[in-house]
Amino acid sequence: MRLLISGGRILDPQRGVDGEGDLLVDGDRIGEGTRADRVIDARGLLVVPGLIDLHTHLREPGFEYKEDLVSGTHAAARGGFTTVVAMANTSPVSDCRATVEWVIGAARARAVVNVLPVGAVSKGQKGEELAEIGDMAAAGAVAFSDDGKPVTNGELMRCALQYAAMWGRPVITHCEDRQLAGEGVMHLGYWSTVLGLRGIPAAAEAAMVARDIMLAELTGGRLHLAHLSTARSVELVREAKARGLAVTAEVTPHHLLLTDEAVATSGFDTDTKVNPPLRTPADVAALLEGLRDGTIDAIATDHAPHHQDDKDVEYNYAASGISGLETALALVLDRLVGQGLLELGQAVRALTAGPARVLGLDRGTLAPGAPADVTVIDPSREWTVEPALFASRGRNTPFKGWKLRGQAVLTLVGGRIVHEAIA
Amino acid sequence: MRLKSKHVLGLREMEAEEINLVLDTADSMKEIIGREIKKVPTLRGRTLVTLFYEPSTRTRTSFELAGKYMSADTVNIATTTSAVVKGETLKDTARTLEMMGTDVLVMRHPISGSCHLLARTVSCSVINAGDGMHEHPSQGLLDLYTIRQKKGKIAGLRVAIVGDILHSRVARSNLWGLTKLGAEVVVTGPSTLLPPAAQELGVRATSRVEEALEGADVVNVLRLQLERQKGGLFPSIREYSRMFGVNRERLALAKPDVLLMHPGPMNRGVELSSEVADSVYSSINEQVTNGVAVRMALLYLLLGGGEAA
Repeated sequence: MRLLISGGRILDPQRGVDGEGDLLVDGDRIGEGTRADRVIDARGLLVVPGLIDLHTHLREPGFEYKEDLVSGTHAAARGGFTTVVAMANTSPVSDCRATVEWVIGAARARAVVNVLPVGAVSKGQKGEELAEIGDMAAAGAVAFSDDGKPVTNGELMRCALQYAAMWGRPVITHCEDRQLAGEGVMHLGYWSTVLGLRGIPAAAEAAMVARDIMLAELTGGRLHLAHLSTARSVELVREAKARGLAVTAEVTPHHLLLTDEAVATSGFDTDTKVNPPLRTPADVAALLEGLRDGTIDAIATDHAPHHQDDKDVEYNYAASGISGLETALALVLDRLVGQGLLELGQAVRALTAGPARVLGLDRGTLAPGAPADVTVIDPSREWTVEPALFASRGRNTPFKGWKLRGQAVLTLVGGRIVHEAIA
Repeated sequence: MRLKSKHVLGLREMEAEEINLVLDTADSMKEIIGREIKKVPTLRGRTLVTLFYEPSTRTRTSFELAGKYMSADTVNIATTTSAVVKGETLKDTARTLEMMGTDVLVMRHPISGSCHLLARTVSCSVINAGDGMHEHPSQGLLDLYTIRQKKGKIAGLRVAIVGDILHSRVARSNLWGLTKLGAEVVVTGPSTLLPPAAQELGVRATSRVEEALEGADVVNVLRLQLERQKGGLFPSIREYSRMFGVNRERLALAKPDVLLMHPGPMNRGVELSSEVADSVYSSINEQVTNGVAVRMALLYLLLGGGEAA
């Protein structure tokens, strides 16, 4: 099967390509030429490498009532993502070869996009002993993380960075000093004071970013910092990169677009509860600047689907997290690129080549011979975020009701159409 | 004039003229409490349910009596003896009560924002009787009422709020109400118990109690929750009492006709010495009576009243 995507604006930041043209999908690879069995008219559309999400909670095994490999990867396909990096905080925790192989096998059977498994750093994500990182790497784990349960023990983190480096795999850290964060449920500042909710200081993140950067320097390990949320974190990463350390970082759409004020304006809506918490306008500005100047390598969703029952309760009792796969692209295109806060090329890079480079993947490009992961976007399609219509089981989003411009209309994974909505 | 919302969730969300309306209405309510037969038919056929997820003596009782003095039917639910102990969610409990014909739900809950959740869930009126560290609007209103009654005004007064401001819903409701009505507010206590961003809230914050009390017209002392000490926020009850407790010497720094308040329940000898708590300056007992009047006013204004009280 040869599929020609014809006349679209092809944007491939990794190769510096930006212009109208034809893209041939030849079987499961990007091909060359124009001879095809089927032609898709992509005039007026944007043709980009399939989007890569570095931070996805697919919830399976263990929390299928929140999300599973089928619903989660369909949500990804609709959102234009062709590859998702599946976090290890499932039940059981993915902390050994058996669970990593299970995820790979189950994904091959049921998922519609590429699922790259993350293994836990510590056994059971308990933060006590290293998990079998080498065996998991050999089985196909692309990175290691105790995301959701930050590693408190500095010595364990030192060992993890040093040990994972033997396989060239990054350790992904959710930076949070758990004692400083305490029982906090939102950013510590003016709005937490007004609302009487316990606050998580920005220092709870930045202090751990500083620790992990120092440990990366000490060990020469590969460190990837998940979902940065504070201005100081960005400064620390910028300095680390300037000194040549192997440190990368990601940011989520919600930390780029919302502030802690949303907790008040929504009247304590638990869809605004997320960890790390929504921060201040100054933090948002610093995160954007970090994305523009390359300090931050990728936009990742931290897709954290939850069942309504886990959210429809008092604020402190509610689960943290935002269902993000189906809104990320439109939020970035409309509210960042559309508002002149980010160039289109920077945005596409942060969703494709950027995350591919973090993990050393051969994806995130439309170069001939690359896997045929392609996303076609209608940049002018207007739609309203209606969680009830999500493919994801997680309808938890503070963006409900937002009117957005831009949507993935065709998603190809390995040459196979997994989402098609061309008008 | 009426209240703009059918719920009373906090004083931050109320306008000055609404607050004044409640205080004016409370005046006529207080007259009813003073009668020999404390009963008017105003809320006959209306149902008031109090739903308390935390212990309370005065707030719960005064809401109940406020309803009864106006002939409403009142039901009290303490969650320790309700289906909540069987794991029922707040939303399910609320819908159950609503379906029985409740006109106003009065809730106290340990988590900030819970009354907002309740108000989104039910179609009857909701009164916040204290939610976590967020607000306690009826307490704020009764404090304002007491100040106005004793001082004849609120605008221009110097009010010091002393104690654990950070964790106090009473402090928040007080400072919103006081600043909206033009008082000058200073909050004081150990720095670990003062809120961040106090200036942005429109108040002055200092850890020097003496400085805060100097020249004060009103001193409102908050209850110290003794378990805070375990959290490392201050070293000992003894040190707190010595450094931050309000006693005769410190109160002498305030104006000679200072009004001393405390929302209760008191830790005698901790945040307040008994000699000042029981002194002529103290309005602590008056506050309790005023609490009933203010809550009658709220019920009257929310439930429409109809005929004059």
